Amino acid sequence: MKTFAELNFPGRLIAVEGLDGSGKSTQIYLLKRWLEAEGIKVYFSEWNSSELVKSATSKGKKRELLTPTTFSLIHCTDFADRYERHLLPLLRAGYVVLCDRYAFTAFARDTVRGCPPDWVRGNYSFAALPDITFFFKTDLEVSLNRILEGRPKLKFFEAGMDLRLSTDPYESFRIFQGRILEQYVTMSGEFNFVVMDANENVEKQQVLVRKIVGEKIDLKKFRRRSPLPLPPAFQPPEVKEQEEDLAAV
Amino acid sequence: MSATNGKKNGRRFFGHGIPRVKVEDLAGKLIVVEGADGSGRSTQIARLVDWLETGGHPTVQVGLKRSTLVSKELEKAQEGNILSRTTLSLFYATDFADQLENIILPALKAGFIVLADRYIYTLMARDMVRGMDEGWLKNLYGIAVKPDAVFYISVQPQELVQRNLAKSATLDYWESGMDLGLSRDMFDSFLKYQTGMQGAFRKLQKTYGFTIVDGNRPVGSITKELRKKIRLVLAEKEITESD
Repeated sequence: MKTFAELNFPGRLIAVEGLDGSGKSTQIYLLKRWLEAEGIKVYFSEWNSSELVKSATSKGKKRELLTPTTFSLIHCTDFADRYERHLLPLLRAGYVVLCDRYAFTAFARDTVRGCPPDWVRGNYSFAALPDITFFFKTDLEVSLNRILEGRPKLKFFEAGMDLRLSTDPYESFRIFQGRILEQYVTMSGEFNFVVMDANENVEKQQVLVRKIVGEKIDLKKFRRRSPLPLPPAFQPPEVKEQEEDLAAV
Repeated sequence: MSATNGKKNGRRFFGHGIPRVKVEDLAGKLIVVEGADGSGRSTQIARLVDWLETGGHPTVQVGLKRSTLVSKELEKAQEGNILSRTTLSLFYATDFADQLENIILPALKAGFIVLADRYIYTLMARDMVRGMDEGWLKNLYGIAVKPDAVFYISVQPQELVQRNLAKSATLDYWESGMDLGLSRDMFDSFLKYQTGMQGAFRKLQKTYGFTIVDGNRPVGSITKELRKKIRLVLAEKEITESD
């Protein structure tokens, strides 16, 4: 697997990975705000699945139809859909794309569920590697406490209940998250993660994130040029509006 | 892993298989019939089921796009042709895996004869024609259990066109490979696509060694050939059972 830069894509992809409650979403949001203010062509991928794949995934989850194998495959399908429909065009167009989680989430989760690591990595091998992957590493207790403090209702698969680790969802979640953390740590070297100390203060972490992004990516190449020309005048006005709406999404 | 090694009954997975499933427990038989629409595939399967059940063998049928998990969504995806090729390929793999784990493996474990109206070979051939990497497909379908017999009913594309038109007076969008843009003319595209599919099957045959059945013959003589070969598979079953 190669990075987007190594594959000569005009765009760059930055991913954040880590346990729920590691603060990664906050960090990538703050990174996005900075890049926007710098006038960079940036896109934050919120992973909008297409309706069809979403419908199959939620049915499988609600009715607990998924096995480790089908869980892995349906998420890989979903990833492929976003990747081909969403990420690739943006990366071809020279965007800096920010992803809250990437294929590594699947590598960790599916391996913990018992799928062979090579099989999972092979299935995702159509995707290029991010140019930077930040791994927000917290102590297990810190992220568990952040998530479990409010005693949220944990979903069946989210808590890893399918693994029969414990009949108590909270206990199951703790064990499951612990195993996922181990996987992340193992992958750190394999995929060249930038390991962030996520127990550190949020502002300090963001300073470091911005510094690393600035060092690894020549940001001035990704500046937005002048606004796009308007569509040709002969088009009816309704169509113009629609196109503008689409461009704003 | 020991799961990939050959066992007494020759049962094995193509790759690592399915977590926590032991191949040696899969006592039944898996018989696959492959072939394009109009090859007589479904007719032959119906006849085989009749014959086997009359002979006292419990059977189960599986096929493409029949899973509880994603069959409806796959149907819709095809109607609109909105998924890109990797996505569609993985969606089909999900459909296959769901049936593998929920129907094929349990039935084999219970000693049933599973008749598959197409298996991973059609899925792989379709993707190969669409330029997907063979190594990637091989890894993906490493979950599949190796069948006891695979028959590919081969019919010349020119003959397939005639049969499809005689049956429904139209050609199917996907069976004509219209998504590939081989030709804007559906008739032309169908011939090109089916020729490509035959090429892919011949390539797969070299790797997986299945039986190519000449489908340009009367229904009855094809049935005869299939029965003859399946009898051998069943005889082997009885031998292993009486051990």
